[in-house]
Amino acid sequence: MRRLILGHTTEFTLLAVMVVLCVGLSLATDRFFTISNAFDVLNVSAVNIIFAVGLLVVLISGGIDISFAVAASVVQYVTALALGALGGGNWAEGFIIAGAIGIGLGLINAALVYRLHIISIVATISTFNIFGLLMFFTKGVSIYDLPEWLTTRVVFFEREMADGSWIELTLPVVVMILCCLATWFMISRTTIGRQLYAFGDNPEGARRFGINIAAMHYISFGWMGLMAGIAGLMQAHYAEEVVPNALYGRELDVLAATVLGGARLGGGKGSVIGCVLGVLMVSITQNGLNLMGVSPFAFKMIVGAIILIAITLSSARIDKLFPFLATDSTKRKGTHQ
Amino acid sequence: MKAMAQKFNATFGADMTGPAIAFVAVIVIFGLAANNFISAATFGSVAFQLPELGLLTLAMLLPLLTGGINLSITFTANLSGLAAASVMQMYGGADASPGAFLLGVLAALATGGAAGLMTGAAIAYTRAHPILVTLSMMIFLRGLGEFLTRGGDVSGFPSFIAPIGHGSILGLPIPLLIFIACVGLWQLLLTRFKLGFGLLMVGSNIEAARYSGLNTRRILVLVYTLSGLMCAVAGVIMLARFNSVRVGHGESYLLITVLAAFLGGINPFGGFGRVLPVFVALIVLQLLSSGLNLMGANQHLATALWGVLMIVVMAARTIVSTYIASRRKKG
Repeated sequence: MRRLILGHTTEFTLLAVMVVLCVGLSLATDRFFTISNAFDVLNVSAVNIIFAVGLLVVLISGGIDISFAVAASVVQYVTALALGALGGGNWAEGFIIAGAIGIGLGLINAALVYRLHIISIVATISTFNIFGLLMFFTKGVSIYDLPEWLTTRVVFFEREMADGSWIELTLPVVVMILCCLATWFMISRTTIGRQLYAFGDNPEGARRFGINIAAMHYISFGWMGLMAGIAGLMQAHYAEEVVPNALYGRELDVLAATVLGGARLGGGKGSVIGCVLGVLMVSITQNGLNLMGVSPFAFKMIVGAIILIAITLSSARIDKLFPFLATDSTKRKGTHQ
Repeated sequence: MKAMAQKFNATFGADMTGPAIAFVAVIVIFGLAANNFISAATFGSVAFQLPELGLLTLAMLLPLLTGGINLSITFTANLSGLAAASVMQMYGGADASPGAFLLGVLAALATGGAAGLMTGAAIAYTRAHPILVTLSMMIFLRGLGEFLTRGGDVSGFPSFIAPIGHGSILGLPIPLLIFIACVGLWQLLLTRFKLGFGLLMVGSNIEAARYSGLNTRRILVLVYTLSGLMCAVAGVIMLARFNSVRVGHGESYLLITVLAAFLGGINPFGGFGRVLPVFVALIVLQLLSSGLNLMGANQHLATALWGVLMIVVMAARTIVSTYIASRRKKG
């Protein structure tokens, strides 16, 4: 148990903060601590979690991706058009088309980073702008005429609670869970996953060890693309429309939540559970503030302040903030950080 | 040819090559494609649009040189503009006196400086990654601004501030003059001041800089504070240009400023870079968007082309450097 906690400090800290937050919110408002509210939070954060686990893989391999939200918009739009051209389609076709386009866009990023040696933040900021061509070609026109199967809510499990509220397990949540499981399996139960961590931690070392560097780039960005594609499709399903710039601006929010969950910019560190907790923490805060009747305009301010404090605290070491408290051994460690 | 290249490098520096080639290419291509491109009107529109993006890029520049980044620049600029606006509102809105305006500018600088100081302190003392700190700062400032303005805009300013956004002195737009002054200031800072030298050292190797006796924390705090102050200047210019303040104005510039800096030869890992190539890169980006405007395309196409330009320049750099390296190996 001790080893488990020490090995996953960020995750447990986050969990502890979330428990405190949840207890506080349950005391502040009686509607927070209900099962139906928990399902609401899950339904709302499903799309962001799918993005986040994709981004996690890129972060673990030492890269960063800014373009995924715009890529997801492209996927949404092209998928909607393609399904229209196919005369309707179905879920299987939708997933295949969205996934394939997503992977394709991810591979573009990977090729820029690997083939042209452009560092990932520069490459993905560039593709962020280039994928923005969507707004140029569509002139900002939304698609409301989606196939019926795509906009019909799919509910796997529903039940009326004693107080009359409904709990619903919807498709985005199920897909989200599958994405998390798949990502977890890949990064912690396969050789490829171990190689991704190794490559993110020390690219040159990994290369000399015989790890296929090209494959690492294509797999991490391809996985991100796949997740972006699925998330785009889920967002279209959830919103029942395709708006070309609906997902703009998500990238930085998702990035903040993912890193809050313990993924390290620079690679080699991060876990699926931490990343899910990071996104959930932001959603729970928003949900709680909403139930407490706080003005929606204040939401982002409070969420931003919480993230700022959390990130500052998790990176700060007590002995660094207050050098006079440091013992000899921590001091020695501190200088090498 | 080789002698010419050497002379060019000696006069302007090797990092000027990319922006200079792009500059010539854009002028030639648009000059041939649109016959009214090389005209006073084009350069007039560039001169008026350049300062907003330019000042924000200057704000982004110093953190990038230290190996960091400041993602909160646009909202710091908005919030500083908001501070100036609320001071002017307090002193009578449209009837505010020049004194109130000056006070407003001071309030803007104080706000920008304070935001930068907080960011800098968080980065310097916790050693958290600058992307994270400034990203959460960005979310916080955006929230704060939206909370204060309720998502609306603040307008109604005295008429004498309009020239700051639209006026000209001797045919040169005032915002451009302010921008050029700021470019000069940054150039001076980087080449003639201890802080400029120190921040480049921090960017190339922060540990080595610390062991050489540089106060790296102080440098980081100052860098982000200066970045915040530059955002405040941008915020005031935006206020004068739009005659209103709205949280979210110029939001789309954020990633473009990073692009412009890298296009201008700033090393993505920090430590190396100069102001003048970035200035040229900014002109190239603005010319590109003005040229496309002239040909009837919209901003979205221009933004996409900025991305393409970036990739071409970066790829060309990689190819040239591997070519040089392979030649050296053979020789």
